[in-house]
Amino acid sequence: MNFLAIETSTEACSVALVHGDEVIERSEIAPRRHAELVLPMADGLLAEAGLKREALQGIAVGRGPGAFTGVRLGVSLAQGMAMALDVPVVTVSSLQALALEAPDDDAAILSVIDARMGEIYVAAWRREDDGSIRLIDRERVDTAATLMLPEASAWHVVGTGWATYEAILRDRIRAPIRSADGARYPQARHVAEVAARCFRDGEAVAPELALPVYLRDKVALTLVEQGRA
Amino acid sequence: MIEMKNSKPVLGVETSCDETGVALLRWDPEKPGRGLLSHALFSQIALHAEYGGVVPELASRDHVRKLLPLVREALKDAGMTPADLGGVAYTAGPGLVGALLVGASAARAMAWALGVPAIGVHHMEGHLLAPLLEDDPPEPPFVALLVSGGHSMLVEVKAIGEYRILGDTLDDAAGEAFDKTAKLMGLPYPGGPALAKLAEEGTPGRFRFSRPMVDRPGLDFSFSGLKTQVLLAWQGSDKTDQTRADIARGFEEAIVDTLAIKCRRALEATGAKRLVIAGGVGANKRLREQLAQAAGADGFRVYFPRLAFCTDNGAMIALAGAIRLAAGQHQDETIQVYPRWSLETLPPAA
Repeated sequence: MNFLAIETSTEACSVALVHGDEVIERSEIAPRRHAELVLPMADGLLAEAGLKREALQGIAVGRGPGAFTGVRLGVSLAQGMAMALDVPVVTVSSLQALALEAPDDDAAILSVIDARMGEIYVAAWRREDDGSIRLIDRERVDTAATLMLPEASAWHVVGTGWATYEAILRDRIRAPIRSADGARYPQARHVAEVAARCFRDGEAVAPELALPVYLRDKVALTLVEQGRA
Repeated sequence: MIEMKNSKPVLGVETSCDETGVALLRWDPEKPGRGLLSHALFSQIALHAEYGGVVPELASRDHVRKLLPLVREALKDAGMTPADLGGVAYTAGPGLVGALLVGASAARAMAWALGVPAIGVHHMEGHLLAPLLEDDPPEPPFVALLVSGGHSMLVEVKAIGEYRILGDTLDDAAGEAFDKTAKLMGLPYPGGPALAKLAEEGTPGRFRFSRPMVDRPGLDFSFSGLKTQVLLAWQGSDKTDQTRADIARGFEEAIVDTLAIKCRRALEATGAKRLVIAGGVGANKRLREQLAQAAGADGFRVYFPRLAFCTDNGAMIALAGAIRLAAGQHQDETIQVYPRWSLETLPPAA
């Protein structure tokens, strides 16, 4: 199966192309330049693989959480491409793609993205024997200081949340930290890795049903909440 | 280079503020309105009402949910599939950056996937060309009054794509003045249309407010002072329903008079014989009546889009996009939006 994967929910902008058993990727840390980079990256990958756009059989996208604008950019691009090509979409958690940046062993994985405003987007995962990863708590927006984690004998921590809140997170993680990297971002090749299973298992959806997941859903106060009504 | 096939329709996508609009239009230079195949719109007014105004983040979120279903609806109404499209046009600005980006990304990606050209359209160019969708469309040169919740400007249209801004608002836009005035007299958001409706029941002459900026040369507007006048009148009144209607009447007359006076001056200054009215406030009944009267008296013609194309819509974006695509203009694959963008910087369309 040939499909494109897009991940633009954090500072990293990346696109991956899966064709047959091969995965190729373009990725760049390029804050605020995602909108100019994605389609040229996709063209570059298709040219490298010698594929035409019409040969794409699906689109995968990191659906957040992350920067609202970046999440929407990726999802809107995926929606538009998939509708035009009449192919389905798989949405993948950007926290899950990020977790796949962690070393492959038996330690639990904490993927944590700096959500600004003193908060983090966070979830805990565990590797399965087949290399896939499984959510062991839930995706949420939280503060580092109030983070509650499931039991584990060791942890890998990945993502910008570590860079911002290392000291507090060290205090919250009550098991050995086997590795920690605050300079990791969700990447399209990992979105593709998760999506390949979803396509195979029939979990793809129509493009209009591919929607962002922001986690932070309270973004404004109503008149009643402002005490003005 | 990708050429647009003239026989194939253009998809227009509008997401610059709180309306998601989509349309399919086949370019017909003789009579553009004949080429309009379908259009679909979703208004977010109800979504923003409980916040008392447009919340940009919520607007963006809703565009993502509504855009594709509307595209499907417009395609279905026209009996088409995406593969039938010859080009894609989207609003690239001015507007709310996050909202613009939703339409621009989805539209640009569709064009990319189909291998057809895409064009980013100036929202205000869309508005001022909207009357071209009617029977008996106006020919440039003309003067356009663009009045909405976000804009109040007079534009000289020498040719399509050749615009000179004759006057702009120094503070509130006309539609914004309507909404804010409605709010201070206790009408729910967005109060402008309700205020205009109320004004119909008002007694003419009981309240008279000044016509701002008409006593000096120039074609700029300023409406924020009117608000203060209304507030003082309202606070010092008996606050009955009839008084509210009477104040609404006096306020509307002041705005409409001011707009009409400036339109006549703009026609005089440019020597144009045609006046185009566009934007949400262009749906105002009193404004339409008064300008139609002035046209009779002064010997100019006035053109209005149908009410559905006064407010934001996809049809005007499909039209402006189709004109530019037919002229061979299109965008590369970088997606760009311009929250602030002057009409005067646009290239000619031919």
